[in-house]
Amino acid sequence: MTTKKRIGTILGWTVLVAALILMYLPILLIIVYSFVDSKNVGMGGEVGFALYVRLFENERLMTAAGNTLVIGAISAVLATLLGTVSAVGIFYMKRGKQAVNIVSQLTVYNAEIVTAVGFFLLAIFLNNAHIPVKKGLGWLILCHTVMTTPYVILSVSPRLGQLNPNLFEAGMDLGASSVRTLFTVIFPQLIKGMISGLALAFTLSLDDFVVTNLNRGDVNTISTFVYDSIRRGIDPTVRALSTILFVIVLLVLIVVNLVGKARRTRKNVK
Amino acid sequence: MAEKTAIRTNGQGAEDTGAKGALKFDKIIEVRSVVKEFDGVTVVDNMNLSVKRGDFVTLLGPSGCGKTTLLRMIAGFITPTSGRIFLEGKDVTMLPPHKRPINTVFQKYALFPHLNVFKNIAFGLKLKRIPDYKRDKNGEPIIDIASCRPLLNESGAPVLDKKGKPVPDLTTGKPIEILRKFTKAEIKEKVNRVLKLVGLEGYGHRDTASLSGGQQQRVAIARALVLEPKVLLLDEPLGALDLKMRKEMQFELKKMHDELGITFIYVTHDQEEALTMSDKVVVISDGVIQQMGTPKKIYDEPANAFVANFIGESNILSGTMIEDYKVRFCGADFACEDKGFGKNEKVDLVVRPEDIFIYPAGSGKGQLSGTVSGIVFKGTYYEMNIVTAEYEFTVQNTACFAEGSRVELMIQPNGIHIMKKMRTVNEMITTVNGENTVDFHGGSFAFDNPENLQKGDRVKLSVAFDKIELTDDERDGVIGGNIGQSLYKGTYYQVQVYTDDDDDVYVDTPDEWDIDDRVGIVIRPEDIRVEKYDEQEEEREENVAEGSDDAE
Repeated sequence: MTTKKRIGTILGWTVLVAALILMYLPILLIIVYSFVDSKNVGMGGEVGFALYVRLFENERLMTAAGNTLVIGAISAVLATLLGTVSAVGIFYMKRGKQAVNIVSQLTVYNAEIVTAVGFFLLAIFLNNAHIPVKKGLGWLILCHTVMTTPYVILSVSPRLGQLNPNLFEAGMDLGASSVRTLFTVIFPQLIKGMISGLALAFTLSLDDFVVTNLNRGDVNTISTFVYDSIRRGIDPTVRALSTILFVIVLLVLIVVNLVGKARRTRKNVK
Repeated sequence: MAEKTAIRTNGQGAEDTGAKGALKFDKIIEVRSVVKEFDGVTVVDNMNLSVKRGDFVTLLGPSGCGKTTLLRMIAGFITPTSGRIFLEGKDVTMLPPHKRPINTVFQKYALFPHLNVFKNIAFGLKLKRIPDYKRDKNGEPIIDIASCRPLLNESGAPVLDKKGKPVPDLTTGKPIEILRKFTKAEIKEKVNRVLKLVGLEGYGHRDTASLSGGQQQRVAIARALVLEPKVLLLDEPLGALDLKMRKEMQFELKKMHDELGITFIYVTHDQEEALTMSDKVVVISDGVIQQMGTPKKIYDEPANAFVANFIGESNILSGTMIEDYKVRFCGADFACEDKGFGKNEKVDLVVRPEDIFIYPAGSGKGQLSGTVSGIVFKGTYYEMNIVTAEYEFTVQNTACFAEGSRVELMIQPNGIHIMKKMRTVNEMITTVNGENTVDFHGGSFAFDNPENLQKGDRVKLSVAFDKIELTDDERDGVIGGNIGQSLYKGTYYQVQVYTDDDDDVYVDTPDEWDIDDRVGIVIRPEDIRVEKYDEQEEEREENVAEGSDDAE
């Protein structure tokens, strides 16, 4: 019985490790070879930070990276505000709650290419209707905000269900207007959901290609830059860039987890 | 206490500004013809209520009777479908909650989890603005120069400054009025004072989650009281506490009310709580106020069978008024203290279990004889069930009679309370919907049609309570319904049946039904009375009635 059990345990671990290796092998490859100055992976070359140095000297790439961060940061903040307010609004709706929920989550499940083409055609439509819309940074921020808002709603909603049903009324009752109550009473309860929503929105925006590529005009982001450069053979500096992106996402994830943990322990200590 | 005087002066101020009739009896809250419907279901049905300043008023009723809805309308969380609500004679029906000088204590406390006890209580204070004068650095009020008369010299001529303008006489001017926030020190002082009031001194820094239920409720009460509201609303505030804690808080709430002089409106379904704490009890059932009065009046003289049944243990019977001061029930005549009913009028009557005296059989002291069928020891007394020929009485007595023994029961005149019988006939305006069939709550019922009414005619339908038959299987009935409340009336049960079109039908039945049972409704054709109904005529009558109201 015990040997059987042990074999089971070993087998389970083997499968888990194999899966993890499969999942992380490509990333690991990139990270390792970001420190090797070679034309392609698998080739030999000088070990060091040469690729990183060249990366920061590549002005076009740096602009693209800057654009990516600006779009990601602004759209994530907007989406978090919009998504949280929407989640609260939906939660306190009396009628048609289910319907609104489904409609708001539809874009999450919808094929991204459809959303992308939708934005693309919307820009054309607006221009034809003499509402000047220029594809580019502003338009991309708008697109990414719309695209990531449902994810924020998804991460905020579960927390709302656990709130005391009279909390909003209590705020109003004590003299706060509804907007004030929202910001001073309801939002602080949702802060964890909002932070993970923000992180999710930021990372989604960071690595988005489909929507971005169709709506970027002449603006480049990291993903479009990489895609463009592939056609000419992958620039080795992309390895360094990918590593940096991976580390940023990893950091965001760690911070979100730490914030959640810190809040929990502080509560317990008191 | 400071709160008390503050409220008194506020009250006088309102009277000075000349609010009309509404303040004649110093009504702080007045609810006029308020109706609230949710999705077509009437939850509060034309309620009228006025609350005297400083009173402790309890809204009492079973769950779902509309008491909380009424409270929420007074707080401003929901607006009435129709009707108006006045606060100190001012119409506040559409005023949002944060602009009403009314605060609420919620059933589940609704404390803000991200704030500690002190900050929870200070929340409202930080938002509050109080009238004050604009002040200079030294805290002296700044005088509005525009309001000053010019300074005069000894000869009576205005004094001029260097530029030739008259110098204002600052002693004649008024200070500039502004609204200001409370200072940090004031907030601290107020919070600490209210914490002391609710017995939580030194708990300011504590996290709300670390407090017990009773302590959390104290914080919720403190949070509302610190704003010195004109009216404090309490929505079943003790419902989540255990019995001992509840008793303690009842006592303390009552004490706070007496000390602060703030008007309390308290919602509960616990009749004992209502009777022990309130100056005035409002009994509500089915969205309608059944009775208002002092606890003693409600208990001793219930207005109808519902109130009698809901408040305390009671024996409810139906009887006949033979003449003034004489009523007949259970086959015997009893002297009573009520008069003014018609000769031989059918009435409901209530006898409290403690008002029935019990003697051994053969003593000749009782008016009724019966057999003891059950005994429960209740600590200070015994509760016995005694079966007589027509009714099973509940009797409370300190003496105990053995089960199965024959006894005599005696009821003194002041132990009998007579109530006007509520309707005994279901009436409605409806339509003939086929050949000799009429629509009754969504079903087609056959009826005798001597007047030869045609399909589509508007008619008035009436059917007596005891002519309706309930069936176990819904499919045996023409329409279905759910059993609402059921009242034992001695020889029969009076049952309220909720029909599927959200209306009530009353049925007198010998059978006992359980609440929420699904039943079918059957009525024999000859028991349905149908009369032609002339709507125009009725409307005209109503108009006349309204007209005369206006004239008053």
